[in-house]
Amino acid sequence: MMHNRTTEILVGAFMAVGFVALFFLSMQVSNLSSSASGEGYLVDARFDNIGSLKVRAPVTMAGVRVGRVSEISFDAKTFEAVVKLRIEDRYRDAIPDDTFAKIFTAGLLGEQYVGLDAGGSATYLADGSQISLTQSALVLEEIIGQFLFSKAEEGAGIE
Amino acid sequence: MLNQLAALGRIGIGTLQQLGRGHLLLLHILSGVPALFGRPRLLLNQIFAVGVLSLLIVAISGTFVGMVLGLQGYYILSQFGAEQTLGVMVAASLVRELGPVVTALLFAGRAGSALTAEIGLMKATEQLSGLEMMAVNPVKRILTPRFLAGFISMPLLAAIFSALGVIGGYFVGVGLLGVDDGAFWSQMQAKIDLHEDVFNGVIKSLVFGLVCTWIALFQGYSALPTSEGVSRATTRTVVHSSFAVLGLDFILTALMFGE
Repeated sequence: MMHNRTTEILVGAFMAVGFVALFFLSMQVSNLSSSASGEGYLVDARFDNIGSLKVRAPVTMAGVRVGRVSEISFDAKTFEAVVKLRIEDRYRDAIPDDTFAKIFTAGLLGEQYVGLDAGGSATYLADGSQISLTQSALVLEEIIGQFLFSKAEEGAGIE
Repeated sequence: MLNQLAALGRIGIGTLQQLGRGHLLLLHILSGVPALFGRPRLLLNQIFAVGVLSLLIVAISGTFVGMVLGLQGYYILSQFGAEQTLGVMVAASLVRELGPVVTALLFAGRAGSALTAEIGLMKATEQLSGLEMMAVNPVKRILTPRFLAGFISMPLLAAIFSALGVIGGYFVGVGLLGVDDGAFWSQMQAKIDLHEDVFNGVIKSLVFGLVCTWIALFQGYSALPTSEGVSRATTRTVVHSSFAVLGLDFILTALMFGE
């Protein structure tokens, strides 16, 4: 009897520790606490070039994450990239509809993300509305190309 | 020439027979699961033997694997000035790969071999036949609780392995090497996805638990009833389980994380 009781206690402890470990992995290690996926409202933004922006990349405002990129597609009519941004519900009716969307890179090697600069409009972004003011990602080769081109022009000007 | 052909055929037929017997045994084992709910104590005792007694080796290995990951990761990442992502590296490699795989290998060595030896000896000493004489189905009475215990214990053990590994990596990275505490956790939380990483790791460990226990039980149940037969079956359990785990891991990873 005593032996059975110890077995029961030990098995119970084992399973409890196992579930605590699973809980730890989901709460502390993964993004469950900050994910809120599936909630929020969708806003479209059209970019000429999104660089290497990925689905699930953060959408930030003043550096604070307010949502995530939920879908990226290509519009074959206008040759633009259509990026669907999922903004968290608590920022509903809080972001003006003339907000400016830019694609930034976090650090030199970091991932790309969408930064929003608030506008001054009194109407707010709602589900399905579109951000019309956008700025494409900076592609390193293009910048270097522009730099070389302007240098060459300068050189030509001196001669 | 014909003899060689016949030998090849014999090998092929033998392998298929083994596979067929294994699957029939698995069906037989699974058919005993409903009856087990009436006798949870059988399951409890097996979870003790399979899970609780494997806890120590899994916990120690997990902690040390995490600590080594912390050290090695730090040395490599610091060359790029990216020590901050140490948490991501440690957690991703543990949750996705090392947790399920290393736990399954340890599980095969610690619990699988014990299961095979136990059942093989039961067979060699004719205890299984004895049960059958008493009209007790030995598969349902002996194998089913062990199978279910392995299936339940394995994901829990893998979760404990990963969790302790992350803590070990935290201890080395933040405690000893001076990675920033907040960056360690926040980068980890930003990059590790609950469904993509954690749940897929749990699915992996469920599959490995099923396969390892199944192989162990099948080897024990089909062992030759001699001392040599039992010892060979035990060896085969560890070897086959390791192969199965490593092979399946590749397939599962390709299915889960390949886009």
